[in-house]
Parts: sequence; structure tokens; C-alpha cells
Amino acid sequence: MIAFNKYYNHFNFLSSALIIISLLLLIFKGLNFGIDFKGGTLIELRSNDTKINVSSLRDKFSQMNLGDVSVKKFGSDNDFLIKFENKDNKKNIIEEIKVNLDKSFGNSYDFRRVENVGPKVSAELLKSGVIAISLSLAIMLIYIWVRFEWQFSLGAILALFHDVIVTLGVFSLFSLEINLSIIAAVLTIVGYSMNDTVVIFDRVRENLRKYSDIKIFELTNISINETLSRTIITSATTLLALLAIYFFGGEILKGFSLAMILGVVFGTYSSIYIANTVLVRLRVSQKTVLREDDNK
Amino acid sequence: MLYFSKLRIVFITIFSLLFVLIASSNLFKFDDIFFDKKINLGLDLQGGSYLLLEIDNEPVIEQKLQNLTTTIRNFFKDKNIRINNIKIDKQNIFFNVLDENKEQVIEIFEDENSEINPYYPRFKSHQLEIEDTGLNLKINFSRQGLINLKTSSQDQAIEIVRRRVDEVGTNEPNILKRGNSRILVELPGLDDPMRVKSLLGKTANLTFRFVTQNEEDRFGVEKLEFEDGTQEALVSKRIIISGENLLDAQPKMDTQNNQTIVSFTLDRVGAKRFGKATSTGIGKQLAIVLDGKIISAPVVRDTIASGAGQISGGFTFQSATDLALLLRSGALPAPLEIIEERTVGPDLGQDSINAGMIALSIGFLLVIIFMFVKYRFFGLITNVTLIINLFILLGVLTLFEATLTLPGIAGIILTVGMAVDANVLIFERIKEELKDETNNILAFDGGYTKSRTAIIDANITTLLAAVILFLWDQDQLRVLL
Repeated sequence: MIAFNKYYNHFNFLSSALIIISLLLLIFKGLNFGIDFKGGTLIELRSNDTKINVSSLRDKFSQMNLGDVSVKKFGSDNDFLIKFENKDNKKNIIEEIKVNLDKSFGNSYDFRRVENVGPKVSAELLKSGVIAISLSLAIMLIYIWVRFEWQFSLGAILALFHDVIVTLGVFSLFSLEINLSIIAAVLTIVGYSMNDTVVIFDRVRENLRKYSDIKIFELTNISINETLSRTIITSATTLLALLAIYFFGGEILKGFSLAMILGVVFGTYSSIYIANTVLVRLRVSQKTVLREDDNK
Repeated sequence: MLYFSKLRIVFITIFSLLFVLIASSNLFKFDDIFFDKKINLGLDLQGGSYLLLEIDNEPVIEQKLQNLTTTIRNFFKDKNIRINNIKIDKQNIFFNVLDENKEQVIEIFEDENSEINPYYPRFKSHQLEIEDTGLNLKINFSRQGLINLKTSSQDQAIEIVRRRVDEVGTNEPNILKRGNSRILVELPGLDDPMRVKSLLGKTANLTFRFVTQNEEDRFGVEKLEFEDGTQEALVSKRIIISGENLLDAQPKMDTQNNQTIVSFTLDRVGAKRFGKATSTGIGKQLAIVLDGKIISAPVVRDTIASGAGQISGGFTFQSATDLALLLRSGALPAPLEIIEERTVGPDLGQDSINAGMIALSIGFLLVIIFMFVKYRFFGLITNVTLIINLFILLGVLTLFEATLTLPGIAGIILTVGMAVDANVLIFERIKEELKDETNNILAFDGGYTKSRTAIIDANITTLLAAVILFLWDQDQLRVLL
């Protein structure tokens, strides 16, 4: 049996530090919003001419008066991702760019993907993303409240909050792009992390009913250990699937799978070291669950 | 507990096989034998264009209010009430009446059987609201009135959009309403939406009006630019004929001077008016105005009574074809703006499908190998259920003819990773039970029963998160905005 409970205090400190650092990053550095949430234009360009590279593209685009243009390689050597704000919301911007590029490069390139999001739409997408995440947290809170005692609900929601904030914190730290698929990933993380927490909680409750003489400090440790191999195996298979998406699923899914990988790691950690420690700190005992049983 | 009746085993087997069959209908043609449902590929996988259009209703509202001022004036004139100082400001109409008439006017507007202010009993609201500001009377559209106006202009716009997109001839376009002032256009397989975009970007409001030198024209005049931006001309506001009078328009080659033109035919009313105007206006310039710009302003040489004519204006064959198309499909009630566009080329779509399939195969293989190494025989059982799970998932998507997108493929791969959870929960519980229980059957039974609550709770939480994800993706959370 591993003595997880020996490190409750250490890891609580670490978790608090992670949350505070992430919050500071989110407030002061902010998130690198993609065009979905900031508005603007994105072009994925494939070239079949070595003449076309990041610097020649940057040159051409800077001559077009589009404001800040970011040009990056995208996956392979002949794929590029071009992004700019399109502040004036010009109507035929794509056509103008094509005409301009044709002059220098002829038809040795191809637009594989074009996205153009107006300011109104991006504001709405951001709002609905925030609403979706808040709503999912709220629903989880209520579900656990109904199924367990409020102490459990609080523990689970703190763990969830930690996973979402720290995942976003990592995205902020490395300036990774936040787009629609990252919101989808965060919503999936909420589901996954909850799933993981619930399995351990279920065992905690079962053990609370079984043993009246074991303190919660010891009891959570027993429960974590009993469910440990399940926790590890499910995380492992999920991570295997996610790694397959990350390495083989193509460039577009990279952000999504990375966010999910982080979420699964944080989710597993928080189920053990946040959700359970909340129960310990709230001094949950056999009485807590028995009272609940009486009420039913 | 651990007893499975024969009936149940047979049922589960048939159920699983059925879904294998349904899922495999995506690969083979079952048209005549079974059914022909298939999973649809999203635009990001098959390539295509997604355009979200927003109707700019402001000009429509302005126009309605403009018409309303005339209506109000005439309506109260018949009732011997004088309307003074009527003006429009920021989507409100202001006017004055004598104090003794005020109450009567307000009453007329607020009467449920009002002739001038339609009442919607279903919404318990009038079209217009009237308010006494003290200085004057203020009229504006009520909330419901605005909604009705917007939906009706959306209804008209979607019809015109459909006609225009159909004329371009893309395969199976998908044109849907979004809210009450937006239209979603999905064009599968369309690589370059430039032409559709430029066609949808035009209101296509066509009028024929005389060019005048006289600023004091009875109907008012306005200065309009030529399409090429080189010249301006003073044009009367009196409309001889408009786009509504057109029966047909076609691009043609004028053999005399080798020019591309658009020839048109008019309906009876239009032909009559056009004939009359051309007979009285010989020698005058007739401006052909499209969306506030003059295409050309030919001099009338003859009376045209046939109801057929032509527009020339330095067209290329393409631009003449497009103009003819716009004129045939009719004018939009209001300008449209493309507020969101996403286009994916077909080769990127195919690449995404390939990458997705490779990731799915590798992810699947990794999980299967892992489970076998970890649990041996039980692992094999899990792997069989995992495969059946995948077939049921694909089968359900097929039954609902769901649209599969790239994130959808990612979701399926993720499911493969997470679906073993229930098996793992049971297996691990059985292992625990085996520690103090020597009877295998009892240990198995205990494993199943005791892991049940955890499985249910774990799956419900995942399901709840998935429901939110679904609502968000379907844009259903916007009601909460």
C-alpha cells in the first residue's frame, strides 16, 4: 500500500501554488486566443515550390497592408499557417490576397483552408464557450451533491476547477492557441476528471459505511489504493488513445489532444490529491454518510 | 446475479450483430437489400464551404418607417386629424397633433382591432408602440413587431439565397435559418466560394430611371456614380421599372459590335410602363441602376413596346452571366454580410480522414495490446466488447445519419480509450474479491455487483459532460447569452 496520505499537505501546497500561478498567468499574460475568439482570418497554404517559405510569405503579406500578420510552418515543410486580424473586415480580402500571391508565385501554391470570423461571431463564440464550461461545472456540482454529501461535492468541484484552471494556465504559459477545439477539450476534461473522482469517492463512501473506527485520513488512503490500479489502467488507455491522436491525427487535432493529455494527467492527480484531501480537511466521518442514508 | 439467461445471450448477440451490419452499410451498398443510411462527412472532411450570413435589417426598418409616415398622414387625414412635424429619427417616428386629438390618436393605435397597427393576439402585442413624450408623439416597432419584421425579411432572403446558390449549381447545398436574422449556407465540395460569395454579397436592386438635369424634379433626384467610378449623373427618384418587373434575364452576345450584353423580358405591367416611358422620353438618357450604382445610361432612340430589352455595360461573359443570374433570382430584401466563413479544400479533407483513420487504428491497437498484456484472457474479452462498442457507436451514428467531423473522429478515438473503464472496474473488483473469497463464482458475482454504483456514477458524469458538449456544439447554449 502506498502512503498517499503522507504527502497530502505537500501536494495541497503544490496544488494551491499551481492554481495561483495559473490564475496570475491568466490575468496578466492572458490567453492566446485564435481567430475563433478574437476574430480575423486564417489561411492554410500548401506550396509546391521551394521559393515559398516563411520569410518570403511574410514579405509578401507585409506588403499587403493587413496589419499584424503571423506566418508559421504548419506540420510539414511546405504547409504554412497565415493569420491576421482583418480589422476593417474587408469583404474580398481572400481574393485580393490570391491575386497578390499569384503575381509572385504563379500557381505553385494552394489554399487548403480558409477561415474568416467576424468580430460579432467571435464575441458570441467566446461567450458561449465560457457558458458551456461554467454550465458543465455547475451540473457536475449538482449531480455529486445529489448522489453524495456536500463535502464530496465541494471536493469534486475543487478538483475540477483545478484541472480546468491549470490546463488553461499551461496554455497561457506556452502561448498555445485557444480555439473551439480547446473548449471541446476542456468540456471533455470536466467529464473525465469527474469520472475519475467519482470512482474513488464511491469507494470512500463504501469504506466509510464499512469501517467505523478508521479515521478519514487513513480511510481515503485505503480507498485510493484499492482503486489505484483501475485509476492507472483507465488513465493509461485514455492516454494511449490521446497519444495516437496527437502523433497521427494530423496538425488540426494537435491542440485538442494536447489539452486532453494535460487534462487527463491533472485530472488523475487531482482526484487523488485534491478531492480526497478536501474530505480529510472537512473531517468527513461515518456520521456524514449515515446521516445521508437516514435522509433517503 | 451472475446468471445470464439464454434469451438474454441470444438477444445481446443479435443486437450486436445488427449494429455490425448497420455500421458496415457505410462501406458497402445495401440499397436494395437492407437500407441505405450512411454517416455524413462534415465539411472539414469532405471539403466545402460554410458561410454564415447576417441580414442587415436597418435599411428595411428605415424603409418601413418611411412608408409608415405616408400611411399615417393619409389615414388621419381621412379622420380630419392633422399630423404635423412628422419625422424619423433613430428608428422612431415623431409627430405632433392638436392636444384635443391626442387621446383619440393614441386610442386608435392601441385598439386591438386597429386598422393601422396590427395586433398579434398570440403574443398579446401590437406591431407598433405609441408613447406621448410631452413634446410630441413617438411611434416605434414593438419587440414583437421587430421580430415579425426580421423573420419576414429572413424568409424572403433565404428564398433568394436558395435561388442564387441553386443557379450556381453546387451539389446538395444546405441552407438554413439561424436565429431570426442569420442564414447558414453550407456548400459541400465547393473548393473556392468566391463566386457564391460575390453573388450573395449583392442585393441586386435593379431600377430603370431617367437621367435629369433638373434638380427640381417632382419625385426628387439623387446623384449616383457609374459602376466604374469615373462619372456621376443626376438621376430622378421616379422608378420606371424595377427588378420585380423582370420575367427573365439571359447573357447574350451582341453580334453587331461583339459585346456581351444581358437581355431581359418584362412582365405585362413592366412592358406597358417601359413602352410608355420610352415613347415620351425619346432622346433622354435612361439610367440602369443596380444597388445604387449606374451600370449604363443609354439614350432612348425608339419606343420599346415589346417588353424586351438589353443592358450593355462593358460586361465580360462571366459578369453578364452573374448579372443575369442575380436579376433572375430577384433582389434581396436587405443587404447580407458574411460574418463567418470556413472553407476546407477537398485534399485537406481527405488528408484529415486519412490521419483520423490512422490515429484510430493505432489508438485502437495500442489499447487492445495493453489490455491483452495486462489481463490476458479477460483482456481478450474486453477487446471483443471494445470492437462491438465501436460498431454500436458507428451503427448509431449511421442510424441517425449523423455528420462526422474531424473532432468527431477524435471523440471516437477517445471513446476507445475510455470505454474499457467499466471492464477495468469490474476486473479490479473481482481481483479484490478473490483475495478473501475462494469461490470464483461468488467473487465474480461480488465484482459485478459492487462495482455497479461506481460504473453508473462514472458514466453518468461523463454523459452529463457530453450532453453539455453536444448542446454547445449545436449552438443551443446561445439562448443563455
